[in-house]
Amino acid sequence: MKKDEIPQDYSALVNHFRELCYAKDNEGNYTTGLSTGWEVKTIALEQAWDDIKMRIEETLEEIKKGTKSPLAYFMELRLMDSKLLAQYAEIWHFRVRIHLNNPAAFNKLPLKTLEKYAKALDITVQDLIQFNNA
Amino acid sequence: MKIDFQHHQSAHCENGVTSNLFRYYGLNLSEPMVFGIGGGVFFMHLPFIKVNNAPGTTFRPMPGTIFKRNAAYFDIKYKRIRFKSEEKAQDTLDEILAQGKPVGLQVGVFHLPYFPPEYRFHFNAHNIVVFGKEGNNYLISDPVMETTTTITEAELNRVRFAKGAFAPKGQIYYPEGIPHISDDKIRGGIKKGIKHSAFFMNAPGPIIGVNGIRYISKKVRNYKQKLGDRKAGLYLGQLVRMQEEIGTGGGGFRYLHAAFLQESYGYIPNEKLIALSDQFTLSGDLWRQFASQCAAIYRGRATGQDAFDTAADILLDIAEVEKQAFRLSAKLKL
Repeated sequence: MKKDEIPQDYSALVNHFRELCYAKDNEGNYTTGLSTGWEVKTIALEQAWDDIKMRIEETLEEIKKGTKSPLAYFMELRLMDSKLLAQYAEIWHFRVRIHLNNPAAFNKLPLKTLEKYAKALDITVQDLIQFNNA
Repeated sequence: MKIDFQHHQSAHCENGVTSNLFRYYGLNLSEPMVFGIGGGVFFMHLPFIKVNNAPGTTFRPMPGTIFKRNAAYFDIKYKRIRFKSEEKAQDTLDEILAQGKPVGLQVGVFHLPYFPPEYRFHFNAHNIVVFGKEGNNYLISDPVMETTTTITEAELNRVRFAKGAFAPKGQIYYPEGIPHISDDKIRGGIKKGIKHSAFFMNAPGPIIGVNGIRYISKKVRNYKQKLGDRKAGLYLGQLVRMQEEIGTGGGGFRYLHAAFLQESYGYIPNEKLIALSDQFTLSGDLWRQFASQCAAIYRGRATGQDAFDTAADILLDIAEVEKQAFRLSAKLKL
């Protein structure tokens, strides 16, 4: 890659910082240049986020059907899986899975457990229990 | 309290932290040099390890390797400490800063406030340097950023104790001083680094090194048929992100390796280094071409089997170029 070929496309980095790339100058010597982004990557990243959004939508559907608890929505929103959520909330993994997949069990949780989840997910206990699936 | 620490932006965080910490102690090695001496160029496909629901691919060795190899080679005494409690982690960090030593930290990016939100995944092997503290704010030199920044005590504690794969556990690492390093020693490091990466890239077995590139080529060829368009697009997108996203300097670290070989020529005037450097530039260009081809697929411009064949063929070309380059590297007498 030549230095003047370093792409300057739109990306999520805009307004934050530019990234450093290695490229050759006109004499064939390696040098560095800054890039605002490359379309090829921007689309790949957007696609990854689209997939996350789709998973959130699917989770909302399952909560509506009553096969998952509101906890599952917030977990997806924070890009976590059950294992990671268990680690952040410091609750046994098998219990987390029950709380995710069994809304009845989730509804009976004591405040202390809800607080652990709320802290792990950066939300309030209110967000968790007053979850409105509209 | 502020340590007189020079921030140099780098492509990759670990290279940058290593190079910047070394420079603070008077060992002037650029990013490509620490990358090359650390044997940074690599390839491995991990079909069974899913990252964001797609198989993982890596273009570099395990996090921490580059710093470790450089420190070991140059006989640099350093400390690496992990913690169980946040308080202890913070107290120790403050103590070392008070001694006037800049400190390298492993952190997770999910809660890193100055990162663009779109980049905040649960990735825990990011590296930064803390070079001071003013009130409740830590002074941060994040090598992928253009300038230094600050974050609060609470924010730093949070990213230091991120959970999940590669959980940093508050990890800090810092050299305790660096002896004078002669140019001869650096020459030795160059030779070692070249052999190191060649050894792994020529490794037997299907998933590591040049064989790994052939293996992924075969997989890509079958993606459409096996996974369907949507999933195939996701898998390719993931591959491109691992190859190009912040940190690789472009072309899956191949340009960085080429820059290292070119800079090495300044230490060891052997024309073969330049020839090798050109081969890795070519490889980097091919990797970028592969990324563009993948983009054509996942944005829906070319979704026929022929588009996947083209992508797979580029990978075979890359494997061929790198096979020769790494064979030459292994045989190289400097």
